[in-house]
Amino acid sequence: MSAAGTIDYDRRGLLGTLGRDGLLQIILIANTILMLAPIVIMVFSAFKTTPQIFQSPFGIPDFGQVANFAKIWTQTNFLRYLLNSFFVTGASMVLILTLGTMAAYAIGRYQFSGASFILMFFLAGLTLPLKLAIIPLFMLMRDLSILNNQLSLIFVYTAMGLPTTVFIMTGFIRTLPSELEDAARMDGASEARIMWSIMLPLVRPAMVIAGIQNVVPIWNDFFFPLVFIQNDDLKTLPQGLTTFMGEYTTDWGVLFSGLTLSAAPIVVLYIVLSRQFIAGMTSGAVK
Amino acid sequence: MPHLRMTGRGLWITALIVPPLAFVAVFIVYPILSAFAYAFFDWQGLRRGEFVGFDNFFTVLFVEPYRSWTINAFSHNIMVFFALMVLQNGLGFILAYALWRELPGARFHRVAVFLPVVLSTIIVAYLFKLFLHPLFGVVNVSLKGIGLGWLAQPWLGQSDTALWSLIAAQSWHMVGFPTLVFLAGMQRIPGEILDAVRMETQSEWVKISRIVWPLVAPSATIVFTLLFVGAFNWFELPYIMAGLDGSPFGSTDVLGLYFYRTAFGNVSSGQQDFGLGSALAVLIFVFIALIAGIITVRLRAREIQL
Repeated sequence: MSAAGTIDYDRRGLLGTLGRDGLLQIILIANTILMLAPIVIMVFSAFKTTPQIFQSPFGIPDFGQVANFAKIWTQTNFLRYLLNSFFVTGASMVLILTLGTMAAYAIGRYQFSGASFILMFFLAGLTLPLKLAIIPLFMLMRDLSILNNQLSLIFVYTAMGLPTTVFIMTGFIRTLPSELEDAARMDGASEARIMWSIMLPLVRPAMVIAGIQNVVPIWNDFFFPLVFIQNDDLKTLPQGLTTFMGEYTTDWGVLFSGLTLSAAPIVVLYIVLSRQFIAGMTSGAVK
Repeated sequence: MPHLRMTGRGLWITALIVPPLAFVAVFIVYPILSAFAYAFFDWQGLRRGEFVGFDNFFTVLFVEPYRSWTINAFSHNIMVFFALMVLQNGLGFILAYALWRELPGARFHRVAVFLPVVLSTIIVAYLFKLFLHPLFGVVNVSLKGIGLGWLAQPWLGQSDTALWSLIAAQSWHMVGFPTLVFLAGMQRIPGEILDAVRMETQSEWVKISRIVWPLVAPSATIVFTLLFVGAFNWFELPYIMAGLDGSPFGSTDVLGLYFYRTAFGNVSSGQQDFGLGSALAVLIFVFIALIAGIITVRLRAREIQL
């Protein structure tokens, strides 16, 4: 009696599990299709002529047909925008990681009065929406004579990236053991030498996380160039895209290939390093 | 000697800490404090005029036409926040729960759901603008293709669908973020607790509502707060998809667009007013800080320490 009851109970449990997992699996598959379809349509359309896009938006294109890309390459400022984005993002990342590591190392490795206050000062910058300070920032850049100059972007991105970087790196640097450091100090190594040759090689994993968390919003940013940069030759990719989309409004093949080309660098990087991207971009929200 | 060494060390720490501090002070703290000061002055273009007290605040809150614009934009932000709460965070929770089961293909689904998150908002906005084109966009073409042609409409061109179209595009872009934050929260739930629950009940609903949901409370706090701040800072997506005026007829106007327009002017009217713009910025800022603070405190109280 009780054995039969158990079997019945198990079977119901098994069926219930199968039914539930089936439902969850269907939700996941439907969602993945919904997530990927726009990207697939974008890439497919990039290889079609405008009439082809209008006639068969879902058809598989001839991937040898690269006329749209050739047009972008030869007739627009696209390459310039791409190089500008690489330069601005690269310079900001070098500054963020250098300055962020310096501050985090000082706060995490030494005991001095005011250390926790300084950490709080950096953390305050974490939550402030800097967009709302755009008017004073505009005036500041004007006073520094770097309006319409990529330095204005690099400085703002660096300042914006520092709070998260200091937060992530300080936490990590505090966990490093002090034996190596003490031994080197006994041997008479200078503080700078200890930091550079002994501690820094150990903090690379945290640098990767902090780097990814900052590189994506900087690469993708549109708001600050919109306010600071007017000269077409200085525009970054998201901002240049608006110029480009405005010029080619009726040539949908070129529009889609422009979007595809803009998305390509970060999508390829994401596919290769998806684990690090997910960890890095959610690291502010996941302890 | 010890004294000298201390000074050397003090100098070393100073050298490490001052440059990064200077960046944050000059480019974050100083501009934010200045924004508060700017709001109390009259501005002629880029020139600061005289001190006017709370006049700018009074104008944007109570004087027409600013009053209606402010209320219109603010009410849209509220709507966007609640809609995204369901579409982005609610769906994110369900997707996280499904991913957490580690069913076949879970890894692939996880990479796919986060893929749009890494794209620039500008790319997403243009992509959906093309998809929603009344004649040639894939949305209307598909609807006609499956015999639902009567549903096809100018999504971005009419007042009652424009804002919802933007909300849909935003959800597609960002749903992966709450999904993976919730998933990380679920993965931290200890196995013993789950085993104990399995002994007690077979009901999926009880398990979710009594165990999983309370235990991912820290993730919920963060995701809700970030969504709130994001919803009231919303700018790029409406700027590209609906334009600086929040067309059609202001039906997609939100505080971000309104603030930018007031401060820097737009194509149709070159008028710019830093005083009114700053007053708006300060009001938005204080509102965000206040509500985000309350959300955080209220939700923190709900969190359970394991």
